[in-house]
Amino acid sequence: MEQIVVPKKHNLRRNLTILLVAALIIGSARFAGFSIVGTLSGILRGGRLLGRMFLSPAWSYAPRVVDPLVETIRMSVVGTFIGALVAFPVAVLAAENFIRKPLISRPLRFILNIFRTIPAMVLASLFVAVFGTGAFSGVLALAIFTFGLISKLTFESIEAIDYGQVEALMSLGANQINVLRYAIVPQILPQFLSYTLYGFEVNVRAAAVLGYVGAGGIGQVFEQNLSFRRFDRVGVIIILTFFVVLAIDFVSSAIRRRLV
Amino acid sequence: MEHTGPISVEKPFDIYRTLYRIVNYGGLIAIILWGFAGIEYKGIMQTARGTVEALLRGFVRPDVAYLTTMTIDGLPYAVLETIAIAVAGTFTSGILAIPFALLASQNIVGPHVSKVGKFIVTAIRSFPELILALIFISIVGPGAPAGVLALGIHSIGMLGKLFSESIESMDMGVKEALESCGASPFEVLFRAVIPQVSPELISYTLYRFEINMRAAATLGLVGAGGIGAPLIFAIRTRVWPRAAIIVIVLVVTVTVIDAVSGRIRKRLV
Repeated sequence: MEQIVVPKKHNLRRNLTILLVAALIIGSARFAGFSIVGTLSGILRGGRLLGRMFLSPAWSYAPRVVDPLVETIRMSVVGTFIGALVAFPVAVLAAENFIRKPLISRPLRFILNIFRTIPAMVLASLFVAVFGTGAFSGVLALAIFTFGLISKLTFESIEAIDYGQVEALMSLGANQINVLRYAIVPQILPQFLSYTLYGFEVNVRAAAVLGYVGAGGIGQVFEQNLSFRRFDRVGVIIILTFFVVLAIDFVSSAIRRRLV
Repeated sequence: MEHTGPISVEKPFDIYRTLYRIVNYGGLIAIILWGFAGIEYKGIMQTARGTVEALLRGFVRPDVAYLTTMTIDGLPYAVLETIAIAVAGTFTSGILAIPFALLASQNIVGPHVSKVGKFIVTAIRSFPELILALIFISIVGPGAPAGVLALGIHSIGMLGKLFSESIESMDMGVKEALESCGASPFEVLFRAVIPQVSPELISYTLYRFEINMRAAATLGLVGAGGIGAPLIFAIRTRVWPRAAIIVIVLVVTVTVIDAVSGRIRKRLV
């Protein structure tokens, strides 16, 4: 039987790219002290530790996990609410098709980009240093993080609206407030709410670990038990957090599907 | 026709609609109030004002000397280490995600197995990377390898989902053509499936790399190597000029990598 041979183009640029990427990956792996043997043994030993966490979790510890978990959800609710509240007017100002003042929108976009590049954990560690440990610092970090996320998504939505409605209102002599109220808000409100819910989902996940740097919620309890190497309790915390996050994701994405 | 005064649209009154709204908005407000009620506000610490001032002074005059320290304790080393963790972690997960994606794709393994595969991928995705990092730190000790392992495992969740979506939406004709020629499953995989989806796969992997850059910066806060480690140290010891330069460099690095990676992705797909 004859074999089908597909002639391949040997092009220099493609080969050079592959070589470069390979060098980057190998270089990175060596730099980070990473090896395949190390990974495999790490995964195997990780499996054993996971066994200690999940095969015999200390279920009697569960009642003491409830309060911090509730605090985590509360932190996410408040953080999302504050972030979304500030994000809306800022998104309107940052959109280039409505206000049309580059002097406002350009610097705003620049600042928003900076906010979005700072991870929530870094914000939380800064706030813990300034305001002390506790949920308040966590809420502030979540609010700023959500603000960056939602305002970017929202100003992109505003720029993508059907502009005919705006023009129709303007031709009737409506002022900018009326245009905003009757042409822009109705068009983007479902998307904005959907982004807010998405931000809430992200925040619940983030809030669950913020406590590790002292910013309140379940992460603080997690950190204490981990430092005492109480892996059976850590297992309980992880399992309960996992199901809370999953339940919130489920409800929130069900609402989001109905919104948009 | 002359029309002054506000624009108004007459809406017929609908009792169900009104009730529906009251329940929705009322519920929303109740949830928000419930949230606020639980946040303990201890009052801003006496020292907060001084700390904020010191912090801002740090941002005005950051520790530039730290940026040019070329030793292992310098900032350039920490930045390189962060990028290395992100690259190695993303690459590991990119490879590991392919079998998971195949297992989750309906057109490869059938509807029943794919449900199991999808569940596994979702479970991996919901497991926070920070907790993975802490687990690996207690196994391999603090440092970059723990970070690589954490990112490598966690990213399988998102990449596996995205990969399986692009496999499910591929053109099945090529696969069927090869199968009708008597190709083995491996030949089908490497000659029909992978070549078709590889631009999308690479694009998704690059996107995950952008996310992992931020994650790698965070992982250092708990001791998994990278730029987060000197940052948390500077914050704890309140050396604000140093904390400021680290945050500035982090923002610049992430922005540059986002821009480069985004440009490559646009050319790929």
